[in-house]
Amino acid sequence: MDFSFSDDQIMFQEAVRDLLANECPPEVVRSAWENDTGRTDGLWRALAEMGVVGMTAPESAGGLGMDETDLVLLLEEAGRAALPEPLLEHTAVGIPTLAEAGGSIAEAWLEQAVAGEATLGAGADGGYAVGAATSDLVLLIGDQIRAVPVAGASLVEHQSVDWSRRLFEVDGEEVVLDADPGLAFDRAAGAAAAQCVGVAQHLLDATVEYVAQRYQFGKPVGSYQAVKHHLANAALKIEFARPTARHAAWCIAAGDPDRSRDVSLAKALASEAVDLAARTALQCHGAIGYTFEYDLHLWMKRGWALSAAWGDAAWHRNRIAAALGI
Amino acid sequence: MDLSFTPAEEEFRDEARTWLAENVPAEPLASMDTPDGFEEHREWEHILFDAGWAVVSWPERYGGREAPLVEWLIFEEEYWASGAPGRVSSNGVSLLAPTIFDFGTPDQQDRFLRPMARGDEIWAQGWSEPDAGSDLAGIKTKAQRDGEYFVIDGQKTWCSRGAFADWFFCLVRTDPDSERHAGLSYLLVPADTEGLEARAIGRLDGEPGFAELFFDGARVHERYLLGGEGEGWAVAMATTGSERGLNLRAPGRFMAAADRLVGLYQELADSGSPDLDRRDQVVGAWMGAQAYRWQTYATEARLRGGAPIGSEASFMKVLWSELDVELHATALRLLGRDGERVDSSWMDGYVFALSGPIYAGTNEIQRNIISERVLGLPRR
Repeated sequence: MDFSFSDDQIMFQEAVRDLLANECPPEVVRSAWENDTGRTDGLWRALAEMGVVGMTAPESAGGLGMDETDLVLLLEEAGRAALPEPLLEHTAVGIPTLAEAGGSIAEAWLEQAVAGEATLGAGADGGYAVGAATSDLVLLIGDQIRAVPVAGASLVEHQSVDWSRRLFEVDGEEVVLDADPGLAFDRAAGAAAAQCVGVAQHLLDATVEYVAQRYQFGKPVGSYQAVKHHLANAALKIEFARPTARHAAWCIAAGDPDRSRDVSLAKALASEAVDLAARTALQCHGAIGYTFEYDLHLWMKRGWALSAAWGDAAWHRNRIAAALGI
Repeated sequence: MDLSFTPAEEEFRDEARTWLAENVPAEPLASMDTPDGFEEHREWEHILFDAGWAVVSWPERYGGREAPLVEWLIFEEEYWASGAPGRVSSNGVSLLAPTIFDFGTPDQQDRFLRPMARGDEIWAQGWSEPDAGSDLAGIKTKAQRDGEYFVIDGQKTWCSRGAFADWFFCLVRTDPDSERHAGLSYLLVPADTEGLEARAIGRLDGEPGFAELFFDGARVHERYLLGGEGEGWAVAMATTGSERGLNLRAPGRFMAAADRLVGLYQELADSGSPDLDRRDQVVGAWMGAQAYRWQTYATEARLRGGAPIGSEASFMKVLWSELDVELHATALRLLGRDGERVDSSWMDGYVFALSGPIYAGTNEIQRNIISERVLGLPRR
């Protein structure tokens, strides 16, 4: 039993955190809200140059041969920065699923995807694929995994509350992948859990900063116990969700027999954590947080979306009940 | 990161599980908060100690097996899963011993640790006073120097099992002119000291599990001063780190309780109609115990890397104490009209769980600590 991350893993996390702190400030997130693609200019390229985009591919395919335990800290960072790029769909789900499937489809797409030249999308079959229009191949995950090349596919767009998340129903010519749909789903849910933790942490940090400098009745509002206890409760939810998200990543990487149950543990707790963090952040900011101009809502809305994506808390709690035999 | 157990850890788990299966009393012991039950539990501590299971993480010279923290957590998982009795010595072992390891002289360590581990000397905490609960720095009990002795006058209260304990670890004011955190000292007091009287108080469950201590010129030798004179606050805070954090209530205790709750739901669902709202509450309790487990293993890795437990211990205290209440409340809801019956043990468990958010620093104090010392919010 060793729940420590290696120095290399921590360094990779710090490098991505620094990159996003510099290159993904709120203005850049806002640009993805306003533009045609929902993506940023150049961030995906920068992440590809760092090796992040294709890190989950085997080295033989040009990747870094890394697994979910390497990726989980980066997903937390992506959430913390509200990164509007397909790290979940492409890196956490698409690449390892294609590598698992092998065969001609992997031959056609994997190396390009690893290099960041082709983008992989993913969505629940019958649900939405985020960013399908800027993807080249979309994996629809249901009882099986259908891979649909976007060129020639029909896309129906829906607007998300988070304007950077372009939601698409996808239909088109497909190849059924020889890969485990349950594993692909768990990869997506596990990655969403890690991102929820990151979003929640940012919401908490931003609110702590705000209430320390906002004065009312001659004192920082953060000195009032009612505000403190709201924030302590949000911190508690995050503190206990984060290790379960990291544990879920390990379960996926290690092929743990309880993988699905423990991914559900992580996603349920992470969804609950980000829901509470968003609610708390808004309440503790007061009216300024309720404006479109102030940046807080970028993270709140990402949190709401990720909380519901790939199974909300109730869905995952039901899956745990089934795993427990009740 | 490798979240599987090593072969050595699995072997340790098997050894613990096998021993517990063969040795845990078939019938539950009488309540440890009664005079007879207290002695039954003391006997059980002797059995644990003699087999090397009382204090697995301690040095061998004090009866431990120098097990790493992970193995102690594994032992706790197996211990509570086996249905073994509560640990009557836990206040000494979990709250005082870490302080003796950190602050005690070699003589004090040799004198106290082994008898504590074996249950030969069972300890109770003498900190709270009638007017100093959450505001611990408000204590007034005085201990005046008289040569090699301290002469104690004052009153302590809410001492768990204080009417039966052999020793008390007390926080007292040795500088009569001091206020608040200054001038306090940490004294170890034998229960049979002349001028010390312990009177039992009935707890919520009706059992004499609390005591008040009345000190009237009780003389305690300076060799029982733990840490420096006047440094009691720092010494005491080291103990609260243990109390709130890893030592007193390990995840295994709540994992076992959550598993029993799942079993209760299954049992009741077999005999009637399942209720999905209640099923979800059962799942919530199971999730809470698992979250505590993984957070604790993550904390273990941090501690192994040299980080202090610090104020983060408050997260754990809030989590386990509120989980324990919710878990037992869920069981009572499942039991419906049978919930009030005390023969199922769930009501007893509920009544005990209700003390968790109060003792060891109320959860309001813990939330203050989280917000001020972890999040860094302004104190005023």
